[in-house]
Amino acid sequence: MSLTFDNTRSRRAANWHTAEYGFWMLPIVAYFVFPENLALLSQIAITALFAVSLDLILGYAGIVSLGHAAFFGVGAYAAGLLAQAGWGDPILGLACAGVVAGLVGWITSFLVLRGTDLTRLMVTMGVASMLYVSANKLTGITGGLDGMQGVDMKPLFGQFAFDLYGKTAYIYCVAVLFILFWLARRIVHSPFGLSLQGIRQNVFRMPALGTPVNARLIAVYTLGAVYAGIAGGLLTQTTQFVSIDVLSFSRSAELLLILVLGGTGSLYGGILGAAIFMTMHNYLSDIDPQYWQFWLGLLLIFVVLFARGGIMGALRTVAKRLA
Amino acid sequence: MTVLFDGVASGILLFLISVGLSVTLGLMNFVNLAHGAFAMLGGYVCVVLLNRFNVPFLATLPIAMIVAALAGVVLERTLYRRLYGASHLDQVLFSIGLVFMSISTANFFFGDHQQPLHLPPMLKGQFHLAGADIGAYRLFLIVVGLALAVALQWLVAGTKFGASLRAAVDNPRAARGLGIDVDRVFVATFALGTALAALGGALGIEMLGLDPEFPITYIVYFLIVVAVGGSGNIKGSLIASLILGICDVEGKYYVPQIGAFVIYLVMVATLIVRPQGLFGRSATK
Repeated sequence: MSLTFDNTRSRRAANWHTAEYGFWMLPIVAYFVFPENLALLSQIAITALFAVSLDLILGYAGIVSLGHAAFFGVGAYAAGLLAQAGWGDPILGLACAGVVAGLVGWITSFLVLRGTDLTRLMVTMGVASMLYVSANKLTGITGGLDGMQGVDMKPLFGQFAFDLYGKTAYIYCVAVLFILFWLARRIVHSPFGLSLQGIRQNVFRMPALGTPVNARLIAVYTLGAVYAGIAGGLLTQTTQFVSIDVLSFSRSAELLLILVLGGTGSLYGGILGAAIFMTMHNYLSDIDPQYWQFWLGLLLIFVVLFARGGIMGALRTVAKRLA
Repeated sequence: MTVLFDGVASGILLFLISVGLSVTLGLMNFVNLAHGAFAMLGGYVCVVLLNRFNVPFLATLPIAMIVAALAGVVLERTLYRRLYGASHLDQVLFSIGLVFMSISTANFFFGDHQQPLHLPPMLKGQFHLAGADIGAYRLFLIVVGLALAVALQWLVAGTKFGASLRAAVDNPRAARGLGIDVDRVFVATFALGTALAALGGALGIEMLGLDPEFPITYIVYFLIVVAVGGSGNIKGSLIASLILGICDVEGKYYVPQIGAFVIYLVMVATLIVRPQGLFGRSATK
């Protein structure tokens, strides 16, 4: 961008706030406080990464998607297949998951460019459904409804084996989440990220500023797919199993719910939403395994009608009152 | 021939269960993913009346429609109307919330098993005609579906109610200025949409089954029909349903390896060529 403009405000937003340092202490504290629940905590970190990936495309670029699980699932299967073939190195698996999901994202991004919100909802859902149906049919490769087994992971960096208590898995998930979060944070505060927000706010004015709208949308959609794919890969590696559920419609719908519950357009919203949703899911389905969906639906309606900003919106209001 | 006939029947069934959505989504511009929940309500009303109170099958259909329409009116007055002006995303989230709640509620009252349906003898069995095996129930579906399509097309395009509805959707303020009671038109339309959903749900039990997961299992099909047909267009929905039904059945019959794939492929291909659907008006909002 060769334009000169006063960007002190965006610079300030790009700096790390004290509260953010505090936030990232929480996963470390959680490791020592809840050593029994590391499996759940790893799941939270994976879902958080998945939510961050949706936030990139929905919260920043304003692309609605009802089929984001497509990329999560593709990543999960890619990592699983690679490990099944004997290439069990975790980092290599994640890279593969990201690349394959990104490729699928790049190809399908051209479908998403066209049309209104409604068309996008339909097309994203259609793509995810097609992948689900294919995974169901290709039992020889994916295991179909029975899931994919025999995913053997090598130790991380050849040093740290995945243990029974899930310690390595947890640290691995949180580290990946943090690194990718940090990168996403850099990206959304860069001129590229700002142009995405511009596209979301007024798609007709951005070309006048010289922003290639379609190229930006393709780029961010692909990036979101890479992130989702890595999240899927993490799930495969830490559970050493792939269920066809990774591609299901409920996964996409739940993710949307998580992000909206947490608040869109802040990256932290997705992480908070994931932590609260997964914890709630875990306890509510313990107390009331059959009917927890009822409370989930009620919560969703409540958020849409009365708390549209989600948790991050509520926190911002509180912070403003205090200041 | 038999395959083609089954394709037409399955297309008509698609039309029956999704035409209600074409009314709410297409005419009122509300992305109501909870459409399947109203269809499920209709299905359960039908099954309960039939199995517990021995009401004849054909008599359960209007009752199912009335019950669902009442439920629709209550929900429209209390919740849906708050979201008419909201973004599509908000409407999607809200109606997914309703879907989740309806699944749990159905589970609570009826358990998670498939509901049995006992058809009257005159709708059972099949006969042989012009080289095809015609299932009596499928023929019944086709007749009902075509009659419904004609009636709806007339209602939307040929009556004063249809005209005020289209006016109320296109420009609520101007419609109010002309003395149209926009609120009442919307309530009536929403009730119509839910009643149609219930009819489709009840008629669909024989071929689709009925369990608490119904709203989520078939959500994709309803939306595909509306997306392919173009919103707010009865004729479009009918033609799209027929195309999808025939492609689906023929696809499953002739190329079973990719069978279930075909319907999505048709949808995505259509939306690439025509983002507004086959017969859609260019986007109004």
